[in-house]
Amino acid sequence: MTTTLVLPTVEEEVWRYSRIGELDLANFRSATATTTVENAEGVQLAGAEASALMGVAITTAPDVFAQMNTDNAAVVALKVAKGKVHATTVVITHTINESGVVVYPRLVIDAAENSEITVVERFVSADNVMSLVVPVVEIHASQSARVTYLAINELGDKTWQIGNQVAVGERDSNVRVFSVALGGDYARMRAEVRLVGQGANAQQTALYFADGTQMHDFRTLQVHEAPRTRSDLLFKGAVKDTAKSVYTGLIKISENATKTEAFQTNRNLTLSHGAWAESVPNLEIETNDVKCSHASTVGPIDDEQRFYLESRGVPPEIAERLVVFGFFDEVIDRLPKSEFIEGIRAKVIAKLGSNV
Amino acid sequence: MTTLEIRDLHVSVGDTQILNGITLTIKSGEVHAVMGPNGAGKSTLSAAIMGKPGYTVTGGQVLLDGKDVLAMATWERAVAGLHLVMQYPTEVPGVKLDEVLSEALKARSGSLPDLTKTIATEAARIGFDTELVHRAVNVDFSGGEKKRNETLQLAVLQPRIAIIDELDSGLDIDALRDCAQRVEDATKESDLGVLVITHYSRMFEQLKPDFVHILAKGRIVKSGGPELADDLERDGYAAYSEVAN
Repeated sequence: MTTTLVLPTVEEEVWRYSRIGELDLANFRSATATTTVENAEGVQLAGAEASALMGVAITTAPDVFAQMNTDNAAVVALKVAKGKVHATTVVITHTINESGVVVYPRLVIDAAENSEITVVERFVSADNVMSLVVPVVEIHASQSARVTYLAINELGDKTWQIGNQVAVGERDSNVRVFSVALGGDYARMRAEVRLVGQGANAQQTALYFADGTQMHDFRTLQVHEAPRTRSDLLFKGAVKDTAKSVYTGLIKISENATKTEAFQTNRNLTLSHGAWAESVPNLEIETNDVKCSHASTVGPIDDEQRFYLESRGVPPEIAERLVVFGFFDEVIDRLPKSEFIEGIRAKVIAKLGSNV
Repeated sequence: MTTLEIRDLHVSVGDTQILNGITLTIKSGEVHAVMGPNGAGKSTLSAAIMGKPGYTVTGGQVLLDGKDVLAMATWERAVAGLHLVMQYPTEVPGVKLDEVLSEALKARSGSLPDLTKTIATEAARIGFDTELVHRAVNVDFSGGEKKRNETLQLAVLQPRIAIIDELDSGLDIDALRDCAQRVEDATKESDLGVLVITHYSRMFEQLKPDFVHILAKGRIVKSGGPELADDLERDGYAAYSEVAN
């Protein structure tokens, strides 16, 4: 493939604070991840049918990486028929085994009217793998459809990720998008929900925890284009050692989206003096008839909370662990039930543990 | 027998000197009430004894059975046998009471009692809803639930000396009675020594002080028996603030 693509720079607002300047695509050759798909009988499409499903939520690529994905996609396509409830959780695992490659996993979920599906997508690589993952997931929820999606970044600490999530909700649909980011060297996700039908509902939830020299980068977009739509975003992260995180979020409510409710909360714990987190919430509202809130915090563990636990006789490192767990529990409690929850907890413990 | 000795304690917060030489000795089984008006330094005394960040000891000593409390980290003070019942218990999102107690007991010794059973027994004694044990500590608790929670922790952790800061603030009469009675019982059952810091004497019906000390402008201006509390109730603090000047 000849690359004539022009990469963005940190001069562009949506790439501000990012590590895009360090990326040299010449270091990576195009390849495919090893992908397994479980519990998808009856919903997974194959071959040309699968490729044809691309575009259910993305008409124009949000950025150059989404475009690269479209041009090179290794597609997993799931289509749930009208009125059907897919009872088992579909589990997709992408494993990157070698250094020097770029992979383009594309997940397309198309839930027809009044259908239901839950999908977990895992991204896995070993610590020494210096590769790039450029994933795209697009979700289309038709009228009254219910889609739950959980992305788990379990990448090694030298692997890069630059991804896109786009979910579109039609009338009275309910879309829940969860992201857990524990791995990666620089791991970015642009996460967009677009509520285009009256009464559509979306929940975006993320847990991220960077340590060492990792950086997690989230750009969220809650777009309301129809009346009585509702979106609720909760992103909670922690940074340790010299790790970094960026959260920028935009709630965009168009003029016709009256009686809309949109909430956005981003909270960050800085657990080391050398760690750095940035949080930038934004609102763009074209109608008055809405209920809207945003909240963002960045800071160390609350001194009062620490003192309270220590005054009971809890040693400092355990007090810190309890508080950080407590902080993440709010997110973990919201995650869809799956066999991976305990693993996520264990990884959070392990990350904290290296502090003491 | 345990003795907490506070000797000529001076404490400042920022650039402001709050305590100007407090001397008090509390022994097992004794109840000492430190009473004073707003701004006398009551809460500073409890915070300094427990080592709360932001409170700087500028002079004096605190000894627990001769051991230098001020040289210990906060958690070590608790493990050594001190316990603080806070005026405004801190909300700790996502951290459950049974987790806190379990870790606190682990730090004290290898042997853990049957914690669930102990909590159930103690909760019943003071009318604390055991459902709250599995919720985040103090988050969305009512004033009464917070103080019952504090008292429950005291009962489970069995300290040797308890410092009780304004137990009655934000508390309805029933909860106050239950909590004060439980502390009083501990002075009999496990020989708990108590330093109770309070503005009012309304909890003394259950928790009976053996000694009353009046704190004004960072000094103890008068000490006496329980009758001193009655004098205060009648005459107020005005006279003692004069003395401090």
